[in-house]
Amino acid sequence: MENDNREVLVSVKNLEVTFTNGKRAFRAVKNVSFDIYKGETFALVGESGSGKTTIGRAIIRLNSTSNGDILYKGKKINGPLTKEEKREVIRNIQMIFQDPAASLNERATIDYCVSEGIENFHLYSSEEEREAKVDEALSSVGLLPEHKSRYPHEFSGGQRQRVGIARAIIMEPEFIIADEPISALDVSIRAQVLNLLNKFKKERGLTYMFIAHDLSVVRYFSDRIAVIHKGRIVEIAPTEELFAYPLHPYTHSLLQAVPMPDPRIEKNKKLVVYDESKRDLSGEKPVLQEIRPGHFVFANEREMGEYREKLRKMEEENGVK
Amino acid sequence: MEKNNIILSVKDLEVKFKVRERELTAIRKISLDIEEGKVLAIVGESGSGKSVFTKTFTGMLDINGRVSNGEIWFEGEDVAKFKNNEEWLKIRGKKIATVFQDPMTSLNPVRTIGYQISEVIIKHQGKSKEEAKKEAIELMTRVGIYDAEKRYDEYPFMYSGGMRQRIVIAIALACHPRILICDEPTTALDVTIQAQIIRLIKELSIEYNFTTIYITHDLGVVANVADIVAVMYAGQIIEYGTVEEIFYDPKHPYTWGLLNSLPQLGEKGEDLFAIRGTPPSLFEKIQGDAFAPRSDYAMKIDFVEEPPMFKVSETHYAKTWLLDPRAPKVEKPKNIRNLHEKMLELTRKGGIYGER
Repeated sequence: MENDNREVLVSVKNLEVTFTNGKRAFRAVKNVSFDIYKGETFALVGESGSGKTTIGRAIIRLNSTSNGDILYKGKKINGPLTKEEKREVIRNIQMIFQDPAASLNERATIDYCVSEGIENFHLYSSEEEREAKVDEALSSVGLLPEHKSRYPHEFSGGQRQRVGIARAIIMEPEFIIADEPISALDVSIRAQVLNLLNKFKKERGLTYMFIAHDLSVVRYFSDRIAVIHKGRIVEIAPTEELFAYPLHPYTHSLLQAVPMPDPRIEKNKKLVVYDESKRDLSGEKPVLQEIRPGHFVFANEREMGEYREKLRKMEEENGVK
Repeated sequence: MEKNNIILSVKDLEVKFKVRERELTAIRKISLDIEEGKVLAIVGESGSGKSVFTKTFTGMLDINGRVSNGEIWFEGEDVAKFKNNEEWLKIRGKKIATVFQDPMTSLNPVRTIGYQISEVIIKHQGKSKEEAKKEAIELMTRVGIYDAEKRYDEYPFMYSGGMRQRIVIAIALACHPRILICDEPTTALDVTIQAQIIRLIKELSIEYNFTTIYITHDLGVVANVADIVAVMYAGQIIEYGTVEEIFYDPKHPYTWGLLNSLPQLGEKGEDLFAIRGTPPSLFEKIQGDAFAPRSDYAMKIDFVEEPPMFKVSETHYAKTWLLDPRAPKVEKPKNIRNLHEKMLELTRKGGIYGER
């Protein structure tokens, strides 16, 4: 597989995140491993509470990890780091948040919001340079320099999300974690913001981790998809592979639940509800294993046999061979 | 236009809001007949007035808003003329019920689930406490709460988001309403839960025999639920038709734009079609076609005079000058011409929609 030649930018190994509340502990992320290659868009898909945001926050050190490693360019970035190392991580990895209204300081001007990062890191030598950088970041997201003196509440949702993106871009990061960046936006604005993210990917060779629950957006935007259920990755595959050969029953129910904008298809759809308690979970403990090149599924040996059979049938249906 | 069994009829409705000494026109002259037993979906972005429009049916406008013109006929009465709450109580909740987006804010956090359902039954049906409890448990079971008897005395925070929305639906149904307004009922929920809730509402509408009005911006949901679709833009209905007419034969450039910007139609690595600009401010008087400044198909007249509703078929109407006989022939964008074939192609593989 060509993957072997590609540079791994972020590598997550056996990650666990545990939240404790007094004596009770809750493992939100369980033994999660994946690699993100340089220049790709890697999507993490799952329902609310599945742990997808927690993984993103663990990578930028907002959540502490209870087990496992997160490697950035081969260097461990979770756990205790020196001050310099921390700065390096924060500069190179930026996050775009879901709700642009909540992620911007409402009492600060756009100028401050956007330049906060470079100010903290002294990434400019003069006031002129700082201003030039802010202007450039704003114009790259389609806002005007005269917007600088305004406050977040004076902008529409789509414009605020542009500010959120400008704030990340100005740091010249290599890796951006976008946590549901368009789900709070209006339909006619979503396409504008997606195009903007695409533009940066092309122009600057950015790598994205895209956290989302909307599979139609993910299908258009991502190269590979990891499906996460209750803190566990149940399937990882290249986008079209996942849509053509969904193996894990949870993936299948998730794909199938997404409503298609087509009345004839929708009106004939049968709903599949994923119910873990009704599944045959006998046999040894399942692990994430490769079933086809680049396609991983969470299964034990018995289930692997079933999935291979399923795969064979699907190939027949899809007209392979 | 011949239609049978109109359950609610709106004529020339106009709604204004007073915001900081200025007046905003949220609904700009809407006329609409809603057929009994059909599912109507109202589509539009935030600020297009879709929620405000349906709130006028139950007298739930915020206090700074008022119906400044028009009529709303329901059961032989013009409810737009209602002045006080007593009049509204005959209809609101009882005849026309609403399910809102966020179930956490529509439920009272310090009252048990059971109390909140049986309260409605006691109040509107005049039943005794015991009878109400029995009926509430039946309703809870019907909307898909397992162990309803046990969960009767639990509080909203002990329920998941999807379960809470089921409870809100149960409360709405407790009075056997004739119309159920679902205002973005699944936007706050996960896709898998969304699919279940949509199916539940559909089943219940047959069982309890009510007319459903969906408000949503998700065209996938619209395709699933709707019989009739009304597309709203800047306080007006700009296109109206059966669900197949709207998806397969849309006539208004805004509807074209909405369909064209669907991510399902995007080619990976290429830009999605995006409607440029933002909707107009409703504080100002809108001259001509409100969508004209954002439209690729705008003509001179669009900036001068407001287009009338042109009739496309018995069931299909669109408010665009492109349908005027004098207008040049314009075809809809290439991308959405064979929408059904494209969507079939996307779903063909993997048997996502199959029986597996």
